Amino acid sequence: MIAIVDYGVGNLFSLKSSLAAVGAEAVVTGDADTLRKADRILLPGVGAFGDAAEKLRATGLDTVVIEQARLGKPLMGICLGMQLLFDKSLEYGEHAGLGLIPGEVRPIAEVIPAGLKIPHIGWNALRFTEKKSPLFRLIREGDCVYFVHSFYAAKCEADVIANAEYGALLTAAVQRDNVCGCQFHPEKSGRVGLNILRAFCESVP
Amino acid sequence: MITKRIIPCLDVKNGRVVKGVNFRGLNDVSSPVELGKIYSDSGADELVFYDITASSEGRRLFTDILTEVARTIFIPLTVGGGINTLDDFDRVLKCGADKVSVNSGAIRDPNLILEAAKRYGDQCVVLSADVKRVDGVFRVFAKGGRENTGMEAIAWIKKGVELGAGEVVLNSIDTDGVKRGFDLEMLEAVCNAVSVPVIASGGAGGIQDFVTLFKTLPRVDAGLAASIFHFGEVTIPALKAALKENDIPVREV
Repeated sequence: MIAIVDYGVGNLFSLKSSLAAVGAEAVVTGDADTLRKADRILLPGVGAFGDAAEKLRATGLDTVVIEQARLGKPLMGICLGMQLLFDKSLEYGEHAGLGLIPGEVRPIAEVIPAGLKIPHIGWNALRFTEKKSPLFRLIREGDCVYFVHSFYAAKCEADVIANAEYGALLTAAVQRDNVCGCQFHPEKSGRVGLNILRAFCESVP
Repeated sequence: MITKRIIPCLDVKNGRVVKGVNFRGLNDVSSPVELGKIYSDSGADELVFYDITASSEGRRLFTDILTEVARTIFIPLTVGGGINTLDDFDRVLKCGADKVSVNSGAIRDPNLILEAAKRYGDQCVVLSADVKRVDGVFRVFAKGGRENTGMEAIAWIKKGVELGAGEVVLNSIDTDGVKRGFDLEMLEAVCNAVSVPVIASGGAGGIQDFVTLFKTLPRVDAGLAASIFHFGEVTIPALKAALKENDIPVREV
């Protein structure tokens, strides 16, 4: 069973539907014991980092997610959920993240040329790095996925498994042992996105 | 590089797709779910569903259909039509829409854009504008293009973006249905005025019109059309192949 962490951020309908489409049994839950019993955990998120981090902390689920990740349970963060995996974010102030992957979240505007639109929104190609990930075993280099974001994960080169080119290379996906994350929305990325979710669901814990 | 998006638009009334659908080999040519799936499978980058129902019964059917679409299709879904309040946003987002497009509702109450952007984020709010030249001035029309609001279009679109609209759909009433190409002059004026993604709508008659659009105006992010896709005059794979041949980045499926 896959637990989608419900901490009052965003709409989880599509994520739940996409997991059903790859044949995975998923529950949307804000219950600590359900997270502990789950085989895998998905941490979604949209909106601002500070708000989301605070809500996750207020529910007490932050410690459960960290505890389960440290125990080796496969954990995937999606979009803002991926950003939450890092040490901190500089989105409107400075906010602490879960600290599961070393790095920090910074404004895209710092690295892309002036004139490019922000947010980075739309379909962009995945450029794999030298670090191979089982997450991508069902897709190919150059496959497009759907992004919507204004901030990106920086100082995390060692764990980056894919970038997207948008005037600069922006972190598209990361993996550190059993913890991984996608900046893009696999649940909105057509067949490619479903294949990434499928690979995650079938990964060996 | 971000790819140019191709977006089919489906008008839905009482749970069925209306206005010229002519797909061969399809049992139910007016099922939004089946049509949506065909477009999604053939490489559409996003789908727009417009609810053109007036009755509350029709509206309920629309949300049922939307839920079904969102359960089976995993690309971004935009919903428009009859969006007047935050409750309307809530209603369609809960059914799996990713973005909500506002038009007449925002003209009546521009604060709707601000409040929706605050609650759901800029990326969720699409400002759709129906624009027509009146004595050489771009004017905004409301109520499906029937009513001249008297507002100057570029100023209105700028205001909408300042209030929080994350994307703009520009539908030129002057070129809509004429099938002789997008309204490049109007689109350029909008691209010059705002820095959010601009989606061109109205006037596509064939593949070449999309090539011309993206070649002439590289700042346009997406092309939206309805009938040329519905009638099979243009298929999405052929369109994307032509764009690719012209060095315009597209997503291949």
